[in-house]
Amino acid sequence: MNFRKYLVLAGVTLFASSGDAMLSQGMKQVGNVSIHHLQSVIFAILNPWVAVGIVLLLGFFAAYMTALSWADLTYVLPATSLGYVLLALVAKFFLHEHVSPLRWMGIALITGGVGFVAGGPALTERTEDSSAPLPRLANPARHGAPHSGVVPHSEEIEL
Amino acid sequence: MKTLYTWSAILAIVFASVVGDVLLAHAMKQVGDVGALFRSKGLAAVLRRTLENPNFLMGVTAMAVAFFSLLFALSWGDVSLVGPAAASLTFVGNAVAAKIFLRERVDRRRWIAAGLVAAGVALLAG
Repeated sequence: MNFRKYLVLAGVTLFASSGDAMLSQGMKQVGNVSIHHLQSVIFAILNPWVAVGIVLLLGFFAAYMTALSWADLTYVLPATSLGYVLLALVAKFFLHEHVSPLRWMGIALITGGVGFVAGGPALTERTEDSSAPLPRLANPARHGAPHSGVVPHSEEIEL
Repeated sequence: MKTLYTWSAILAIVFASVVGDVLLAHAMKQVGDVGALFRSKGLAAVLRRTLENPNFLMGVTAMAVAFFSLLFALSWGDVSLVGPAAASLTFVGNAVAAKIFLRERVDRRRWIAAGLVAAGVALLAG
């Protein structure tokens, strides 16, 4: 894990939380979507908050895909949850909202959980023994190395 | 009735997200390190190899289903319920799915982390 990779994880966090915040703001303006008028959900995209939220979530998606290309799913996911911590801190210090003790406890738990994962290896080490196809999804690219641009395994094992 | 709608939408989000996350994680492992690929072959190669991956396309479809379920859920229920409930359930679901389908080594450290984060996210709803 080098600095650039932590930057990508930070991007995952920032884009996810800001995008979610925009979407939630926008959908509050759009109002209830009736189950009988499902097409109204399409028009929700016309709301500027929803539109900006979608753009931010596209940024999140790019960063997320990049992270998943060199780290385990169970390593990357906790990073996205740091966004909730960020939102609570923004609410407290910039919007001067009241953050209840229960929420502070939630923040502490998430931060602790992310710290737990961040201390471990980012990618599951694959030995040749475990190179058999995955149970449901065949995985030829990983060990067959048909693509020339793939990183050597030694870099994947790094912290 | 609204509660039932909300929770159905939340469960739909969780299921679609877990399926999508697993497919996308698998697809990107097949694509390989995007940073290294970008430096050696350029952005076009990254995009082409990613977009040609069938697991990626199925993953994106699942994510789209999750996204629209989220829009529905948000219009029926509070964001303070929907967000944390869907996120924390997705966490635990992903840890299980990553272990079974992606064969990630979800060791004690990662189980504890998944539990802590899920609990923390749930508390944020309070």
